[in-house]
Amino acid sequence: MSQATAGHPVLDPTLALPFPQAALPVLRNPQLRKNVAHAIDVIQAKRARLVAEKTDWQELRSAASAIRAHAIENLGAYLEEFEAKCTAAGGTVHWAADAGEARRIILDLLRQENSSDVIKIKTMTSAEIQLNPFLQAGGVNVFETDLAEIILQLGEEEPSHIVVPALHINRSQVREIFARRMGLDDLSDDPQDLTAAARNYLRQKFLTIPTAISGANFLIAETGSVVVVESEGNGRMCLTLPRTLITLAGIEKVLPRFKDLEVMLQVLARSATGERMNPYNSLWTGVTPGDGPQRFHVVLLDNGRSSILSKPKQRQTLKCIRCAACMNACPVYRQTGGHAYGSVYPGPIGAILTPQLMQMHYAQSLPFASSLCGACYEVCPVKINIPEVLLELRAQVVNQERRDLGRFFDPMYLGLRIANLLFSTAWLFHASQFMGRIGLRFFTRGDGWIHSLPSVGGKWTQTRDLRGFPKQTFHGWWAARGRQSAKEAR
Amino acid sequence: MRASLFITCYNDTLFPETGRAVVRLLERLGVELEFHPGQTCCGQMHANTGFRAEAFSQAKRLVRLYQDTETIVVPSSSCVAMMRDQYPGLIDELGNESLRKDFAALLPRIYELSEFLIDRLGVEDVGAWFPYRVTFHASCHGVRALHLGDRPYRLLAKVRSLQLAPLPNVDRCCGFGGTFSVKNAEVSSAMLAVKLQDVVSTGAEFCTALDNSCLMHLGGAMHRQYAGMKTIHLAQILASTEASPAEGVS
Repeated sequence: MSQATAGHPVLDPTLALPFPQAALPVLRNPQLRKNVAHAIDVIQAKRARLVAEKTDWQELRSAASAIRAHAIENLGAYLEEFEAKCTAAGGTVHWAADAGEARRIILDLLRQENSSDVIKIKTMTSAEIQLNPFLQAGGVNVFETDLAEIILQLGEEEPSHIVVPALHINRSQVREIFARRMGLDDLSDDPQDLTAAARNYLRQKFLTIPTAISGANFLIAETGSVVVVESEGNGRMCLTLPRTLITLAGIEKVLPRFKDLEVMLQVLARSATGERMNPYNSLWTGVTPGDGPQRFHVVLLDNGRSSILSKPKQRQTLKCIRCAACMNACPVYRQTGGHAYGSVYPGPIGAILTPQLMQMHYAQSLPFASSLCGACYEVCPVKINIPEVLLELRAQVVNQERRDLGRFFDPMYLGLRIANLLFSTAWLFHASQFMGRIGLRFFTRGDGWIHSLPSVGGKWTQTRDLRGFPKQTFHGWWAARGRQSAKEAR
Repeated sequence: MRASLFITCYNDTLFPETGRAVVRLLERLGVELEFHPGQTCCGQMHANTGFRAEAFSQAKRLVRLYQDTETIVVPSSSCVAMMRDQYPGLIDELGNESLRKDFAALLPRIYELSEFLIDRLGVEDVGAWFPYRVTFHASCHGVRALHLGDRPYRLLAKVRSLQLAPLPNVDRCCGFGGTFSVKNAEVSSAMLAVKLQDVVSTGAEFCTALDNSCLMHLGGAMHRQYAGMKTIHLAQILASTEASPAEGVS
């Protein structure tokens, strides 16, 4: 599989390359670009069809946005309500301030169960805290059960999308991974054969492993319930067969009331997979004697979220329900796929979420990984104004970098400071247009176009020409015309 | 009707023919056009690159410059989007009450060119003639920030001898994004390559738009690749008549 990614991608924001560099291997990989574009075009088309059939889609979006905004504005109270209700129903709630604490809590729980194996439902939050390598190092064998996650785990691949994590891998590549890792030499790449292979692999795990880890799509404060939606049913196996279930959830996942699901499940399924309803919607409350897991733990993860909550302009980031509509709509993601973002959260939401989870100490290139086209905001079912947050974070990065004296002569910074001075007075601006035309004459060819420029300009001319400055500016023309008509009037 | 033209910094410098076309077009339609000589930039480049203080100083300058102006016409959808979407936040954060009031009074008087023609002047047929096959690139800011909708198409439909070729994936970004095009030059170029395929597939001779920044990006690639197409701002098509055809077409 190494040929699919051209070098193993790093999804740890503290180690990842800046976005422009991390994107390069993908941009040069025809198979990967084709896989990504094809997959998201299919999802996009399904989403567009199912959104179009809802005549009240904009009202649904407004309702979903209001529910999420209210939950986030009152997060503390709803989390406490969730804890009380979940505990009363026989669950145990743990609070984890950061990734390390969450990992330790989960490993300790598994050790108390004397469990050397654990099965998992797809959970991006567990990828955020790098749970799998930690558990493996602690002596616990982790088995992913979501089809896409099995492909990634067996292929030693990294997720590139939050709903369809193996989106960058095509059918024949899946066949290769399964054949190699399951020892099935004559496996075909027919989807039925591939899913049959996965089923055989999984069935034994479901029937023998007594502990499971899940994420959560929603936590319901009013009832203390947890909601997981999925397409395969493998998740439901993990939620029902084991004797012990551990759910890891970001603190922002809470919904105030049970009836909020009416709105949220409609917008989530349509936005995420282009379905009217998710095929499997599992909902449970604590422990039910004699039915399902008899020990149930919820680990509530902060890991930077309360710091986002404390900033009014950025708080809307926490409304996210991880549907991935933004990345499917994003023209940048369509070219780069997910790995370039150096985080388990790629695409537009990743570009705002990752640097904030990192408290702006890492991933500073991500807020700039957008052309600000606004497609993400247009499709977001909870109306997160992603471009607005991107701009806010860009300003924070610039303010950080400005304190760095080494940046003083950085061409981009120098250029923007000078431009600001020039724009402050019309005559300075006009003088700079004149000087610019003189200066660029040297680079302008006989056909009137510039084919090559130095420094920052070279980033433009590496793939595009630039028309040379015209002889006369518009304001110059306007002034000359005024003089001419004044003369004629005399 | 009187209106003041805010030409924008890059049209003034790089695309004066667009400004000349706006003047010809609007004067032909009986608009008495003014041009404030003190104008420079709306601050979009600074705002989008994270230089908020600088963007604010330009926003403040623009609001003060135009505070007594009846109507402003801007032949650039992204600059209008800057004023509508970003000025309020910048002024809230860095401005005072008097600036806020002046801006609130100015805001409804700012029109993007196609808005001005259709919403203010109430014309769709501007008497234009442009005998070419043309495809229209709906710039991101025009579609998603200004919600221009079918305005540009209604204008194009009335241009004599013009053959409109629909652009596949019409609302997908061309990859310009201001400083994005140099900060993320490779990703921007990949987006441009995909866009150019769609544009070339229309078989049009011209690609038009309401924003010269997208057209500078697309036109730069067309020239580099000998794509056999040109870009032209919609104002230039609308200004073009049989008696006085558009500049720089052949």
